[in-house]
Amino acid sequence: MEYSCTAYELKCNECGKRYGNRPLSGCPDCLAPLEIAYDLDSARGEFTREAIEAGPANIWRYKRLLPIPDGFQPDLPVGFTPLVRAKRLGKRIGASNLYIKNDAVCFPTLSFKDRVVSVALANAQKFGFTTVGCSSTGNLANSVAAQAARLGIKASILVPADLEPAKILNTLVYGARLIRIDGNYDHVNRLCTLIADEYNWGLVNVNLRPYYAEGSKTVGFEIAEQLGWRLPDNVVVPMAGGSLIRKIRKAFKELIYLGLVEDKPVKFFGAQATGCSPIAVAVREGADNFIPQKPNTIARSLAIGNPADGPAAAKMIIADGGWAEDVSDVELVSGIQELAETEGIFTETAGGVTTAVTARLYAQGRIHPDETTVVCITGNGLKTTDALAGRYEVARAIRPRLADFDAYLKELDGVSEPEPELVAAGDVRVL
Amino acid sequence: MSFKVMLPTAFTRHTEGQKQFASTAPNLTGLLTEIDSTFPALGTQIKDDEGKLRRFINVYVNDEDIRFLGGEGYAFQDGDEVMLIPSIAGGC
Ligand SMILES: [Zn+2]
Repeated sequence: MEYSCTAYELKCNECGKRYGNRPLSGCPDCLAPLEIAYDLDSARGEFTREAIEAGPANIWRYKRLLPIPDGFQPDLPVGFTPLVRAKRLGKRIGASNLYIKNDAVCFPTLSFKDRVVSVALANAQKFGFTTVGCSSTGNLANSVAAQAARLGIKASILVPADLEPAKILNTLVYGARLIRIDGNYDHVNRLCTLIADEYNWGLVNVNLRPYYAEGSKTVGFEIAEQLGWRLPDNVVVPMAGGSLIRKIRKAFKELIYLGLVEDKPVKFFGAQATGCSPIAVAVREGADNFIPQKPNTIARSLAIGNPADGPAAAKMIIADGGWAEDVSDVELVSGIQELAETEGIFTETAGGVTTAVTARLYAQGRIHPDETTVVCITGNGLKTTDALAGRYEVARAIRPRLADFDAYLKELDGVSEPEPELVAAGDVRVL
Repeated sequence: MSFKVMLPTAFTRHTEGQKQFASTAPNLTGLLTEIDSTFPALGTQIKDDEGKLRRFINVYVNDEDIRFLGGEGYAFQDGDEVMLIPSIAGGC
């Protein structure tokens, strides 16, 4: 099925000016970030539940409300990750209607960044960039490297020097050029704005940012569709720059506008690590601006001390009656373990933050146990295994003999008692 | 006392292409006043209707955000490198 996308162009959030379609991140007049505006009314009757459900089982089913240039043929099946009921985690934290949106398994590089990068690179090709890149705390680097490799575009990626080794390897393996910067993400990001000025590179989160950020909407579209075309009561979202939480809301608003879901209030809850929590602090103080911080947390993918989308994210959370919390590194590690032990989902440090914040929100009574709540897990734990260093003892090896095994279990449990047989011999029937 | 102010390309349409200039302003407020008289169009772009620096502008002194140095209270030092750049969103 081929159809063209809904007409879209860059628009300034602050002053309302429109700029067509080109690689541009900020309003040349008032310098505010630009966003994509759609001719939503023309999508009415086209972007329907039926049309979406007939599409592929990936983000391209929502192509009509993504900024995808005409003629682009998506061939990477990104997204449409599982939305799973989290009964065991729910029981532990006092939630009876809890869901996990599990982007720890997003294709191809195991984080939600695969969504944004696939939209960004479609536009990079259209704008004619032969080199793409990004500033990244790791997940974005992995995704840009992988998807650029598949498209045959050169990639130059800038990261803080102290990134997790797995995230570095996950970038290099795709043949990307990895440039390590002696500084934190905010330093790297600032350098990238200067590079975008001087080099003709398509930097996905700088000059391609408005297009890139729209890819995040697919998380919101999927949540609504997977809940049977209805919106949840609450969404808990990790915040680094504060973009994802706003885009999930944008997705919900678009669905409401087009009549695909019933209008209802949804509260948004932001999660940050205490070592880098400018947006959470702003929300708690009721401020619509934030004070930048110098990040100091093992949740490096959330370690953006000077988030440009921060004021907008804080304002939105407050306006909708939501809240934001931050948790310590110790709590986030427990969050990783709790999610893994209860739901079989191994998330990275950011997901530990999100899980721990969710538990706190229930404990505080900010989320009612019966409300439908979706927790967004955005990245895979295999990339940040260092966070769990020293947490688990690896047992000594034993010889492949039953006697050794018996002795070993006795040593572990104190008693050695076989589990009761599941089926009595007499009950076994030949069918 | 003199220090260098550097501007990204996006601002140079208001400075006749100049990417840097020298200043002797004592602090940020003084620098903004100086910009108003030297490059009035740039002054208009980087400030809001109330004359305050727009929140989408970041000011760095020797790679450090000026807000970490006391913001408007910071006294520029001889040889400082001051950079004015629009903030760019990143991360999730
Ligand atoms: Zn504007």
